[in-house]
Amino acid sequence: MSDARATDRPPQDAPPERKSALRVRPTAPIVPPGNVSGNALMLVIAIMAFLACLTLGAVSMVRATAQSWQSEISREITIQIKPDEKLDMEKALADARDLALAFEGTTDGTIVDKTATARLLEPWLGEGLVLDDLPVPRLVIITIDEQNPPDFAAMRKALTETIPQAYLDDHRTWVDRLVAMAHTTALIGTGVLVLVFSAMVLTVIFATRGTLSGNRHIVEVLHFVGAEAGFVASEFQKHFLKISLKGAGAGGLLAATCFAVAGVWQSRSLATPESDQATAMFGSFSIGFSGYLGIAAVMIIVALLTTLTARFTVMRTIYEIDLIRSDPARIDGNQA
Amino acid sequence: MIHFENVGLRYGMGPEILRDLTFDIPRKSFQFLTGPSGAGKTTLLRLLFLSLQPTRGLIRMFDRNISSIPRDEFPMLRRRIGIVFQDFQLLDHLTTYENVALPLRVRGKDETSYRADVLELLGWVGLGERINVLPPVLSGGEKQRAAIARALIDRPEILLADEPTGNVDPPMARRLLSLFLELNRLGTAVVIATHDLSLMDQVEARRMILSQGRLDIYE
Repeated sequence: MSDARATDRPPQDAPPERKSALRVRPTAPIVPPGNVSGNALMLVIAIMAFLACLTLGAVSMVRATAQSWQSEISREITIQIKPDEKLDMEKALADARDLALAFEGTTDGTIVDKTATARLLEPWLGEGLVLDDLPVPRLVIITIDEQNPPDFAAMRKALTETIPQAYLDDHRTWVDRLVAMAHTTALIGTGVLVLVFSAMVLTVIFATRGTLSGNRHIVEVLHFVGAEAGFVASEFQKHFLKISLKGAGAGGLLAATCFAVAGVWQSRSLATPESDQATAMFGSFSIGFSGYLGIAAVMIIVALLTTLTARFTVMRTIYEIDLIRSDPARIDGNQA
Repeated sequence: MIHFENVGLRYGMGPEILRDLTFDIPRKSFQFLTGPSGAGKTTLLRLLFLSLQPTRGLIRMFDRNISSIPRDEFPMLRRRIGIVFQDFQLLDHLTTYENVALPLRVRGKDETSYRADVLELLGWVGLGERINVLPPVLSGGEKQRAAIARALIDRPEILLADEPTGNVDPPMARRLLSLFLELNRLGTAVVIATHDLSLMDQVEARRMILSQGRLDIYE
């Protein structure tokens, strides 16, 4: 055809020297790089990624805090010795401590002295308490190795045989309750995480589909000029991957920054009332390496999700165009 | 090249838009498709372009029965057909040059391999000075010519044009007609759907006249 055009060039064509001055701009992408709906999608992705990362970090913090409660209370056991007229209390306390420490799996033993015992009872019995006047039990706190705990039954038996007034409390009741509470807290956190993730997945899918519906004419034109479905899908995939990486990156980095700033604040304000209160309520703000890894994973999941949704939606659009082809009843009859 | 046999088409449970169409479009042929508004010209072009399937009858295209062709083979068949849509179907974010080059781009060709051809064709249809202009800035006639250039750029075996001169002045219409004739002389079959009697009078060509869903052919 080019030879025909060369021999039959119409007279009103511009002169060759003028034409050569016109330069073709760098080829634009087939899918327009930026429009209002694309920016809105990026914002939606950023917000959802931020919320998901925040929830992920918060849940990992709650789990760590619950774990630490459990571990702190199960790290110690208490020997309680009731007063008796025939009993030399100070000797009994020392004997009980030595006996407990003789067992494998114990690491340290502390006798709660009279002053400390009085302080413990101060909220109920007031200041200036003279313990000698009251039959108050005394305590020995034994620290144990959590990984290799001692044989509590044997220790209890040995103590009862040696000091009948002694009672061993391995905190099992409290530990069981705390374990149950920690599990419940972690379960609630996981439930919240699942809900936030589901909301994120659905929001990202619907927002991507909404943005794509505004580009349906591009899919149609590409289809009709002979583009294969895979080519059309890959063009849209590239476009949506860029949008989602920007959005998820912004949201994830913002969440990571929030945790980092909170962690720095907590470490700088150690031993202040504000920090102590925050630590008591939320535990440590540090989410650790695995937390940041989780945030990176959320970003990757969001990007993949958006890209795959774009691909499936484009493929479905092409499928629908072909459905109309095979079933003309799907369009109205005003085409003639 | 294309054979229709007792082809009928209806939308849903409505009346048949096209009835018992039996005709051939031979290779290298040139024909006008005409008829009153609502006669089914666009629908027939859509059947020819594989964007609709008949409700009855047989269509053979490029020696294949289209009802037995798998979906994923349609893009390859469409590449052998050039179409000029009545509403142009240009992409507003691409320049005239990029719109015309689009069929070559989706075929995976390198831009340097087709740039000269695209620029030459754009010059031929009178858009040599408008290569970097976006469609919203083009006039109706310019959009028409860009759409025609896009349909021609890959030398299709058959060109289907829906009212290709509907938005241009008579001199440009003659010029576009000469382009179609030149293309036909080089071996492309051409089907032009038009209402323009003066355009048809300029060429001794086969006329396919659609009326009330039926087709009469005047050789």
